[in-house]
Amino acid sequence: MHKILEKRQLSYDKERDQSVFYYKVEAPEIARNRKAGQFIIFQLDEDYGERIPLTIADANADEGWIAIVFQTVGATTRRFSMTFNEGDNVPVLVGPLGKPTHIEKKDGLVLCVGGGIGIAPLHPIVQANHAIGNKVVTIIGARTKELLFFEDEMRKASDELIVVTDDGSYGRKAVVTVPLTEICEKEKVSEIVSIGPAIMMKFCVAAARPFNVPITTSLNTIMIDGTGMCGCCRVKVGDKTKFVCVDGPEFNGYEVDFDNMMQRMTAFKDKEREADHKCRVGLDAGKVRA
Amino acid sequence: MSEHKTTEMLQEEAAKIWAGIEGKELTNKDRFAIPQQEMPSQDPTVRAHNMSEVALGYTETQARVEAERCIQCPTAPCKKGCPVGVPIPEFIKHIQQGDFKGAIDTIKNTNLLPAICGRVCPQEKQCQSFCTIGKMLKSPEKAVAIGRLERYVADWERAMDKITVPTPKPETGKKVAVIGSGPAGLTVAADIRREGHSVTVFEAFQKTGGVMVYGIPEFRLPKALVAKEVENLKKMGVEFKTSFLVGRTATLDQLLTEQGFDAAFIGTGAGLPKFMRIEGENLIGVFSANEYLTRSNLMKAYDRDHADTPLYDAKRVAVFGGGNVAMDGARTALRLGAEKVYCVYRRTRAEMPARIEEVAHAFEEGVDFHFLENPTKFIGDEKGRLIGVELLSYELGEPDASGRRKPVAIPGTEHVLDIDAAVIALGNDSNPLMSQTTEGLNVTKYGNIIVDENQKTSIPRVWAGGDIVLGAATVILAMGEGRRAAASMNEYLASK
Repeated sequence: MHKILEKRQLSYDKERDQSVFYYKVEAPEIARNRKAGQFIIFQLDEDYGERIPLTIADANADEGWIAIVFQTVGATTRRFSMTFNEGDNVPVLVGPLGKPTHIEKKDGLVLCVGGGIGIAPLHPIVQANHAIGNKVVTIIGARTKELLFFEDEMRKASDELIVVTDDGSYGRKAVVTVPLTEICEKEKVSEIVSIGPAIMMKFCVAAARPFNVPITTSLNTIMIDGTGMCGCCRVKVGDKTKFVCVDGPEFNGYEVDFDNMMQRMTAFKDKEREADHKCRVGLDAGKVRA
Repeated sequence: MSEHKTTEMLQEEAAKIWAGIEGKELTNKDRFAIPQQEMPSQDPTVRAHNMSEVALGYTETQARVEAERCIQCPTAPCKKGCPVGVPIPEFIKHIQQGDFKGAIDTIKNTNLLPAICGRVCPQEKQCQSFCTIGKMLKSPEKAVAIGRLERYVADWERAMDKITVPTPKPETGKKVAVIGSGPAGLTVAADIRREGHSVTVFEAFQKTGGVMVYGIPEFRLPKALVAKEVENLKKMGVEFKTSFLVGRTATLDQLLTEQGFDAAFIGTGAGLPKFMRIEGENLIGVFSANEYLTRSNLMKAYDRDHADTPLYDAKRVAVFGGGNVAMDGARTALRLGAEKVYCVYRRTRAEMPARIEEVAHAFEEGVDFHFLENPTKFIGDEKGRLIGVELLSYELGEPDASGRRKPVAIPGTEHVLDIDAAVIALGNDSNPLMSQTTEGLNVTKYGNIIVDENQKTSIPRVWAGGDIVLGAATVILAMGEGRRAAASMNEYLASK
């Protein structure tokens, strides 16, 4: 059983009516074997629930829990946030999935860049790099102050933390590529890890290119099984088709065809809007506890 | 297309024959004269739009009549064609005597999943291809309908609530891990549990049954049947752990060293879909058959009112391939509301590897077959959505290594078919997860686990079988491998 031990709302996006939630979930086996960069898949119902992949945001093997962070972008994530509370069990949870991040001691610094919800999956990578003694500079960014989270956690695991917002409501008014470029100009950067919306990762790759710094990106494509069986998550990397679930989720950013990935992620957009609408209509009528 | 015969019509025909033969001593000549009983099925025009089972099963009279066609060859050639060696004449003899319980018990001594095998085995290539009656009539399709009889008695047992769950021998205290809950894994679980060893089956998905649940559609194999088989294993004391991915949730090594398992069986199946590596394959609307079928079957997306997993709406669907999975994909597309469904296969109907019955059903339901054609590229619109496929025409040349005539491209015959979804059913490669996470596990260059004649792998205490060894094959072959592995594992556990 995967009991929800703690539930917190990390942010609320008024403009899009989307929240970010943090759930600490009992999962001793996953907590024990997971490594930075790996993800889980959850379902709210064994028969009819859809399978949603989420990167593990934190874990404690001794205490036997993992933390997941998700944004309420569709019907399932909304229902998860509204109807599952502390003490409830997550009906289906499988993991850890995907290949772990390759963490090794570097000469220069490791620059970790997280945008929006991507800050969550970046967290264990920052921690792991910090733990083996790499110098870690972390940049986290969001559209506006209310959308930022994990600032303290990131500060704790980084040698330096830079916070940016698009509107300047908190930290520096900039997009993440601005400090990324500045740091690459003045310091020896051994690796960049960039996780966030596909468009942000695409721009980070473009910003890194002139400096020829290796850049790792973590992809969050649509998945069904998450074990290599269906190929739903496939994306073009270099001249090959790769499966994000078993070949990734992390790939060399220079080789990822982000345009192909962004297109593929729109495959079911109409359906999601439909389902989201249906779901919320139902919730309003039923006065489900928030 | 011949006119569809309803169950009532077929029953009436069978009853007439039965009236003429009941209680009589039949000569072989009499038996030879009995026509093969047709399987009752849903009307094609109706069934193409529902998910209910297509083949409805024999009536009791039909089963009795069909059984009388068997001449009880003393050499039982049919048995040789069965990968698990079901004593076929013996079980048919029981049906001839009206003893259905005796028939099903006879089958279950060697085949634990008769309700499933009766439905999905390629009998015309196995038992029925050796049947004397079939040989006399020059077609395995006209042989004694062994599979239909097997299904009849299995369904009878379930309907009558007469299932006997085997009682395991006294507990030995030994523990076995079975990885994967498909046909191979379930077979191993039953055979080992019977000897009194404790068995835990690990399944990565949320539901047990493997390909029988995610792959084979409801209209061909009702999921309730698979669930029933799993329930019977649970009654025997087999433990199931779903949402547990061995290799990741725990490694095989952890199971063997830390969790105290004395032996393990790997039956993880052939789970890595093949693509064609042609232009446009990553367009929106191009699916592997695994994805297309998993959405509909396992995630129940066909049940639009309840399922959260979306379907891709497509009016014109092309399925590529000629095997059972291609037939499942094409027929699923019809049921999901496609107006036009094509099946593109580069050879002809005669070379199709699918079960003959599935091909016939697909034709009856209106699948439009494009034989001797193969895709060269997929064509998309500006949003990256599939709008067509370019096909090249082929002709059959000399036989190749598989013995089938090799398709040869005819240059300059490129032509475009307008479609908005493509389903690629060209088979699976083996999933690399177990070999990647298990040190010392030897695999072929295709990733299939290498085993000896007893299904033993390169790692001590570890056996493997089914599609992860064979490449994509059939339910019954997987079960055959499972039986062999279980026998060897039981021997090992007894000697320990």
